[in-house]
Amino acid sequence: MADVTLRKVVKRYDEVEAVRGIDLDIADHEFVVLVGPSGCGKSTTLRMIAGLEDISDGDIMIGGDIVNDVPPKDRDIAMVFQNYALYPHMTVAENMSFGLRLKRYPKAEIKSRIDEAARMLDIVELVDRKPKQLSGGQRQRVAMGRAIVRNPKVFLFDEPLSNLDAKLRVQMRIEIKKVHQKVRTTTVYVTHDQVEAMTLADRVVVMNHGRIEQIGTPNELYHKPATKFVASFIGSPAMNFIPCRLEDLAGKLHIRLTDRIAFPLPPARAARYQGIPRTDKLLLGLRPEHITEARPHLASGMEAFDTVLDVTEPMGMETLIYFTLEGSQVCGRVNPNAGAQDGAPLRLAVDLNNMHLLNEVTGVVL
Amino acid sequence: MTTVTVDKATPTRKVKYGSMSRDRTWALRWSYFFLVIFAIFSLTPPIYMLITSLKSSAEISAATNPWWVFHPTLENYVGLLTSNQFLRFFWNSAIVSIFVVTITMLISVPAAFALARMRFWGSAVLATGVFLTYLIPETLLFIPLFKMFAVIGDWTGIQLINRWYVLLILYPTLTVPFCTWIMIGYFASIPKELDEAAIIDGASWIQTLTRIFIPVAFPGIIAATIFAFTVSWAQFLYPLVFTTSTDQLVMPVGIITSLIKGDVFNWGQIMTGALLGAAPPLIIYAFLMDYYIAGLTAGATKG
Ligand SMILES: Nc1ncnc2c1ncn2[C@@H]1O[C@H](COP(=O)(O)OP(=O)(O)O)[C@@H](O)[C@H]1O
Ligand SMILES: [Mg+2]
Repeated sequence: MADVTLRKVVKRYDEVEAVRGIDLDIADHEFVVLVGPSGCGKSTTLRMIAGLEDISDGDIMIGGDIVNDVPPKDRDIAMVFQNYALYPHMTVAENMSFGLRLKRYPKAEIKSRIDEAARMLDIVELVDRKPKQLSGGQRQRVAMGRAIVRNPKVFLFDEPLSNLDAKLRVQMRIEIKKVHQKVRTTTVYVTHDQVEAMTLADRVVVMNHGRIEQIGTPNELYHKPATKFVASFIGSPAMNFIPCRLEDLAGKLHIRLTDRIAFPLPPARAARYQGIPRTDKLLLGLRPEHITEARPHLASGMEAFDTVLDVTEPMGMETLIYFTLEGSQVCGRVNPNAGAQDGAPLRLAVDLNNMHLLNEVTGVVL
Repeated sequence: MTTVTVDKATPTRKVKYGSMSRDRTWALRWSYFFLVIFAIFSLTPPIYMLITSLKSSAEISAATNPWWVFHPTLENYVGLLTSNQFLRFFWNSAIVSIFVVTITMLISVPAAFALARMRFWGSAVLATGVFLTYLIPETLLFIPLFKMFAVIGDWTGIQLINRWYVLLILYPTLTVPFCTWIMIGYFASIPKELDEAAIIDGASWIQTLTRIFIPVAFPGIIAATIFAFTVSWAQFLYPLVFTTSTDQLVMPVGIITSLIKGDVFNWGQIMTGALLGAAPPLIIYAFLMDYYIAGLTAGATKG
């Protein structure tokens, strides 16, 4: 069993509180990604799990045992670093076997483990090379190989792909996923890249200012964000936030965006938002794919309005459009054949079945 | 957008490139000019020494061209290399230097590792303190040190003055601070993740030092070794003050005391002795330099 549990974990440096009380349960075999902007405490959290940083407060458990005071080497973990941290004077094979040699594993066992890992990572022909003779992607594979041969309880990755170029990053992402499917080792993976988080994770942990904002599967985070931070952090292009108010018009609950534009809410939404004071300052959260060109027959929950586009960005498969509503820029995604042009008027439709309503002050999704 | 920028940048870059290569040419010329002057300055004394060492005493005192050998002879070399006294000096120097280099590396490498990597109370102050120690000249220290050793001799009966092994205590005070300082620099340039990876792999501090840091910082170790050897081989003041019996002398002092008799300078043998004395450091440089430079460039690329 190799589940990892964090209970109210805190890390204080002299003046700053880098991690402010984190509770997290990671199941055996699970792939969990910690994601968040730079400086939010992801690395610190990971390094506390590794034992490279002391825990100021709280408990960390690996496989049910509290490991607060267990040194890294006895935690049975392996870590992959952003800059690979390969031993420059050792060959690939020596790099991978260093930990096993320190533990005095039999030679035959070491060799078979290296062979297996090298085959899995497709680096068989590189085992006798030195790190400086390898490309960035190859070094990354070796660093992973070094983790795999140890056969640890937990893999820890700290931004392992951010030194690679964009294309290689996508390729290595798939590679990491394949490896995890094969070895099924519990994994904690840190990244600031939300796409990486979404594509790799069984569960994503979104962090901000040393706290957890939300934990969920990639789909949960995308479709049911709990806070404005999560809503804006996950998804690209980012979710639009349009200032709005609730209003009762002709006995139906409406959402008013501008003096001209107010939409009736679909019944399910109306019931959900009924209790909100009409004077509250709210934000309408809409993902770009829920702002599209208006078709002749609108499905229920779709509401049309006219606007003038500022800029269009043809992406091939779709066209991104940008327009202004009450001073805030809004992004939508329309069909390339919808006739969207820079500066031209266009009739758009919003899909209110997929809307989010946020409290502008607290940032909480209502 | 991008194309426009490139179009604009290309001509400017061309002009710059031209002026840069002209700058380069001039920089090269100047550096060669100074290199030649430097080479003349540093090579003249050894050449003069070599010429003099090949002359007989008679020819040296004769009023001939001092830059030419008319009757070359090896008598100075034969004289020194068959003199038990000179071989004794050489032997003392070798023993002292080898011991001092060993002692220095055994102290300064672990010390530098601790100061560079283990953050403990006062480690930053200590690191600076180590370097400040090096700045105190031995001319300031030799009299108090002499007094100290004399007192220790009186109290404990352990005779240190006029014994060659007193130098094993004295020389490290010169070599350890500087070598520690060099090694701190080399160790500090090793990425932090490398020792963290080693620690996670299960290495103890000692194993991290011996199996990761020392191999990775090997060029630094070579540099420190060369420095320690050069200092202990060439040190003059301490052996002059602390050793007096001829069987305890190291070479620099030995040559001066045995080959200058009153106001009679045996120039031929002095020059020969100095040349022979300069040989070991030269040989060591020649052997280790390749390694040193190769190591430098290899270490420069990030592992
Ligand atoms: N050794 C340290 N001393 C003081 N502050 C630190 C130290 N390491 C990290 N921090 C601070 O802790 C916060 C979180 O850092 P980190 O966990 O590295 O963030 P990231 O999410 O980018 O990995 C940052 O504000 C950083 O400045
Ligand atoms: Mg980080």
